[in-house]
Amino acid sequence: MPTIDPRSFDAYVVASGFLGEAPVFALGDGHVRLVVGETDPTVEAHDGGILAARVAADGRSLLTAGDDGRVVRTTADGTTETLFERRGKWLDQLAEGPQGAIATASGRMAWVRLADGTVVEFPHEKAVGGVAFLPKGLRLATATTDKAMLHWVTAKGAPVDLPWKGAHTGITASPDGRFLVTTMQEPALHGWRIDDMKHMRMTGYPTKVKSISWSAKGRFLATSGANAAILWPYLSKDGPMGKAPLELGPRDRIVTSVACHPSEDVVAIGYDDGMIMAVRFGDAAEVLLRKPEGSPVSALAWDAAGVRIAFGGEGGEAGVIDIRR
Amino acid sequence: MTSAAASAIPVTVLTGYLGAGKTTLLNRILSEDHGKKYAVIVNEFGEVGIDNDLVVDTDEEIFEMNNGCICCTVRGDLIRILEGLMKRKGKFDAVIIETTGLADPAPVAQTFFMDDEVRAKTRLDAIVTVVDAKNLMARIEDSPEAEDQVAFADVILLNKVDLVSAEELARVKAEILAINPQARIVETERCAVDLSEVLDRGAFDLDRILLVEPEFLVADHHSHDETVKSISLEAGDMEPEPFFEWVNRATQEQGPNIRRMKGIIAFKGDPERYVVQGVHMIVEGNHQRDWKPDEERRTRLVFIGRDLDFAALKAGFEACKAA
Repeated sequence: MPTIDPRSFDAYVVASGFLGEAPVFALGDGHVRLVVGETDPTVEAHDGGILAARVAADGRSLLTAGDDGRVVRTTADGTTETLFERRGKWLDQLAEGPQGAIATASGRMAWVRLADGTVVEFPHEKAVGGVAFLPKGLRLATATTDKAMLHWVTAKGAPVDLPWKGAHTGITASPDGRFLVTTMQEPALHGWRIDDMKHMRMTGYPTKVKSISWSAKGRFLATSGANAAILWPYLSKDGPMGKAPLELGPRDRIVTSVACHPSEDVVAIGYDDGMIMAVRFGDAAEVLLRKPEGSPVSALAWDAAGVRIAFGGEGGEAGVIDIRR
Repeated sequence: MTSAAASAIPVTVLTGYLGAGKTTLLNRILSEDHGKKYAVIVNEFGEVGIDNDLVVDTDEEIFEMNNGCICCTVRGDLIRILEGLMKRKGKFDAVIIETTGLADPAPVAQTFFMDDEVRAKTRLDAIVTVVDAKNLMARIEDSPEAEDQVAFADVILLNKVDLVSAEELARVKAEILAINPQARIVETERCAVDLSEVLDRGAFDLDRILLVEPEFLVADHHSHDETVKSISLEAGDMEPEPFFEWVNRATQEQGPNIRRMKGIIAFKGDPERYVVQGVHMIVEGNHQRDWKPDEERRTRLVFIGRDLDFAALKAGFEACKAA
């Protein structure tokens, strides 16, 4: 039976994760909370709210973007470093590329900050709804109104438009770099195969998709927004076209958060009543990790070993689930 | 009201053409000691003279919803900012959205109907339009936006009344009421108004539609040939099924011309008051509360719009009366 080490914060949990062994939580009030031994140090990372956050790919620091116009790196010892700053701007997008590059956006502008501190600007005609790097880090993908775009980060060259009517509110690139997928204002995803710009429509959701997660090796894209976790297959060269998605953990509640296991074909699913389950892809076997309790699950993340899950809710309920015990 | 609606954060939309006094009002809201904390979403950062971490600068970002409805435009920037603000819930009591002087209020209002999350977590409290007594007549003549802002308003802050004569003031008020008889007019000088008259009005203002007499609309004393007018329909109990069928059809057919629609409906056999409101083609309804024992069960529905087919609306409405 899994155990839960609960925490209660007095702010919305924007993101969770692990810095090495230490669970970490990014909160809507601008604080970063580390769970270290008996104490949970509070790091005042932002003067304002945190709007986007993610653990860096090396697992050693948390990156946060806030309404104070800063992108901040927080390490497990509680030290912070401001990586990027635009006073007065709400930075509500955040992506990390290889070689220490980060991308963020506010309104109609996206920025990439390279590891050496150089900043490259990417102006848009309409608001930037999401940013993501392609795997090699040479190109930045952005979501905006009526299209996604691919920009060269440092190389010269005009950006490429990937048109699709509607407001695109988030973007992700498949781990193999062959597909781009956006979340939309409508309850749907839209995708493109980058090689030939072939469209992929992923519809049928009752609500907007707000949480997405690629499974190990990019075999499936897990998504929230329905009464089950919807997993689109990306195994073949055509992606999910013409194939039915997996529907895992069906309930009469809405899935608000998904996190795929780092190596196994398992997804952790958080619902709008606070319940959390882990479900195996192959046989849809379910393990209850947290009973329905509190507010909608807003943050969910596995540790690198795939044995613990840090979770958080809109109302500040949080904790660490250990599936070994 | 459901518990979700009760915990929803009230949002006030502040409109008004340039120079009417919007910024003065906003600065008063931000600087006065009224015991409440407001998150304010503005279009021109520089104009608000108060340093406040809950003042957010935005670029209007209007887009059409992909639902085949030509007038379903929403403000994408507001959706994002409100989502961000919800992560700081508890740090503020209410939200105020300032629109630019030339803005069409429809996309702002529609955002509160069309986006599920915004609808679940916030509540459109009132559209407050600031106009100035001296210049309103001229603005209405030369700008359809100014007329629309009056048409959309729940509350009209009639500012700079000290700059006009009593006769001029009466003419301006008659003009406002000719466009939007349900709006509550608050007269001020330099926006010196008790803020409780403007903010967090809730359902209070909806009840006004039962107070304003429809006969008023017959009077023809308008100074110009305005195209925005209102129609007020009244009855006793209504049959629910034909009513919903008719409201949906009427708003689809006349949606582009409708600015606001609001009403309180007495459905046959229903102990609760049903309230509806809409913008263009979008209509939303909810049970509000029980009819009180001493309250007359009356249905009142108001349409405000441009070139509306009044005869068709009236005939359709009449056909839904309960026998």
